[in-house]
Amino acid sequence: MAAAALRRCLTRRQSIPRVSPLLPLTRLISDSTDPITIETSLPFKPHLIDPPSRSTTTTAAELASFFRTMLLMRRFEIAADSLYKSKLIRGFCHLYDGQEAVAVGMESSLTRRDAIITAYRDHCLYLARGGDPVSAFAELMGRKAGCARGKGGSMHFYKRDANFFGGHGIVGAQVPLGCGVAFAQRYRKEGTVTFDLYGDGAANQGQLFEALNMAALWKLPVVLVCENNHYGMGTAEWKASKSPAYYKRGDYVPGLKVDGMDVLAVKQACKFAKDHVLANGPIILEMDTYRYHGHSMSDPGSTYRTRDEIAGIRQERDPIERVRKLLLAHDFATAQELKDLEKEIRKEVDAAIAKAKESPMPDPSELFTNVYVNDCGLESFGVDRKVVRTVLP
Amino acid sequence: MLGAARRQLGSGPMLGQVLRRLRPAGGDERCERVLPPRQRNIILHVQMTVRDALNSALDEEMSADPSVFLMGEEVGEYQGAYKITKGLLDKYGPDRVLDTPITEAGFTGIGVGAAYHGLRPVVEFMTFNFSMQAIDHIINSAAKSNYMSAGQISVPIVFRGPNGAAAGVGAQHSQCYAAWYAHVPGLKVLTPYSAEDARGLLKAAIRDPDPVIFLENELLYGESFPVSAEVLDSSFCLPIGKAKIEREGKDVTITARWLVMLFRSNALLKGFSSTDANYLSIFLMYFHARFCPQAAEILSKEGINAEVINLRSIRPLDRATIHASVRKTNRLVTVEEGFPQHGVGAEICMSVVEECFEYLDAPVERIAGADVPMPYAANIERMAVPQVIFFVFHHIFLGCFIRW
Repeated sequence: MAAAALRRCLTRRQSIPRVSPLLPLTRLISDSTDPITIETSLPFKPHLIDPPSRSTTTTAAELASFFRTMLLMRRFEIAADSLYKSKLIRGFCHLYDGQEAVAVGMESSLTRRDAIITAYRDHCLYLARGGDPVSAFAELMGRKAGCARGKGGSMHFYKRDANFFGGHGIVGAQVPLGCGVAFAQRYRKEGTVTFDLYGDGAANQGQLFEALNMAALWKLPVVLVCENNHYGMGTAEWKASKSPAYYKRGDYVPGLKVDGMDVLAVKQACKFAKDHVLANGPIILEMDTYRYHGHSMSDPGSTYRTRDEIAGIRQERDPIERVRKLLLAHDFATAQELKDLEKEIRKEVDAAIAKAKESPMPDPSELFTNVYVNDCGLESFGVDRKVVRTVLP
Repeated sequence: MLGAARRQLGSGPMLGQVLRRLRPAGGDERCERVLPPRQRNIILHVQMTVRDALNSALDEEMSADPSVFLMGEEVGEYQGAYKITKGLLDKYGPDRVLDTPITEAGFTGIGVGAAYHGLRPVVEFMTFNFSMQAIDHIINSAAKSNYMSAGQISVPIVFRGPNGAAAGVGAQHSQCYAAWYAHVPGLKVLTPYSAEDARGLLKAAIRDPDPVIFLENELLYGESFPVSAEVLDSSFCLPIGKAKIEREGKDVTITARWLVMLFRSNALLKGFSSTDANYLSIFLMYFHARFCPQAAEILSKEGINAEVINLRSIRPLDRATIHASVRKTNRLVTVEEGFPQHGVGAEICMSVVEECFEYLDAPVERIAGADVPMPYAANIERMAVPQVIFFVFHHIFLGCFIRW
């Protein structure tokens, strides 16, 4: 015990601030970069491939950063829930809480030159790619400071400078699009990959198989990631899919089933997949994950699953709790420090909401901007056709 | 055909006149009317088919910009289903000319994704009928992205291929999609007619940073048109959103998309009965030339001077040119091949009513295909598309002038 305390003191004094690209430094929690080895909770299940090892390497700093980022995402989604109920967010709002480990583990295995594309449950992917919570809340509330200046909404977050290609509302459409991004990466010989996310509901889409066929033929550097939260809207996977073993559905394309609630397993699998696709063409990763909220804010999430199931997952497999236990078990932090961190994150999120609320609605002229890149003097019309807009090229 | 003409008209000045018009370098007269004076002296009478125009445009743009690549069914080894992409695989290799499986939804999505990441794909649909399999990507993934992302994600892609009716290909292979795509903000829709249009507009489309639907027509691929040296230059480009006045006039404005109907008449000659022979023999002589300008020629003999506008661009629509023309002529007839309800002609007619109502001396008229799926039998197929001159003649002459 003394040794542990001593170790902690030494670590604090020696530590050089290692700034995570996402978040400011945590002050008290250990930020040691000494590698430690942790086993994944479950083995990987392979299809047509030798799986990676269950032993993952991480550091205190990395675990702390995972904890912080996942907490931020969790708080963000819960705050979005409240904002939606107070009618500050309109239309659709699909929440990601429970699935944070997939976003965070994946991001930790990539660079910002690699690309990510996903469907409509995109808030946390945007945050993982370096998106600012203020601009995310502003976009949800349809304000000028939003990441799409209020013109996209919840399902259309983009961050082009971080190679985050959105944010897509049509189920399954993002799969061929992601293969196209990978095509461009290979065409330009960039040596980068695309992570192409979809759900268990989208896994039956025909265009997915069309795109996968071409990705395999042309050896595109694309990783198809099935975020299997077991329910496509209200339909359980076994009711929608004859074969819910989504990691095997690629047939001739290898696959891996991963515990999507274990951030270290996700990181390991994504690193493995990235190396694989650069050499061999596509692979499918099935992330076994879970969403606590319903499909969207209009879905209580309890008509097609039991509350016991939800509570059980929260109890046994919550991704944030797993990292908390690791941090405590290895003495990288005390329980109080982690609680303090939670309070800090809560304050940060509340401050972001307040800042986002200050942002005004978009100017009415924004109705007509960005229809084209090159407007060529096109006339466009509003509802009252006498209001004519001419935009210069 | 020429024999029939001689029999009908005998010899003499009229035949001479007509034969002169038949000569391919009727380009002379045409260029004189439409080109500025200084260019008349340096016109090269080079004949170019629309097919060669498209092929050369693709070749030049691929050569100029390494991010341009082609994808589609049979574009590579087969040399193109209609030979538009002939020779390009040999020249640019399989990394830039991609033969795809028969999976429109998949390869269109891949093309759009590649455009997201900055490449400039040219996606070929074997016909635009098959684009319906991929229409979600064209509209939701391509057209709307720049807007939804507030300018972060632009989509510099071209979707090209034959559109509209061919000859005898039946209902599922004959639909015109101009109205469908022109309906969508965020897309640009082009309908080239001549070789000059094909070259200039395809180059403009590939260079354009927005998604462009490039609607060709199978029946025009083999047709030759005179092109000038300027058109043959590799930097030649036509502006998107500008129509061309093919024939100036002052009594009625005829707007048309491919002016292709005359070629249909050629394909369906055998279906004509002998009682049509009187009309037919006169009109047969014009089968190599343009439908609407030739309809205009016929009208001019009746003392009606028609102005013919080749739209070239359906979205953006060159409303300025159309309105200026109607203000001059005071009458409008739109001609198109697609289904009539909610068609391109409906938009033009309404636009003219909104902007030029006081200038109209007669109600606007539209001529379109029949409101039925395309039949196969030659005689009823002929009835399903705007048929030859005597229909239009009847419509324009009677519709615009006799009644009013």
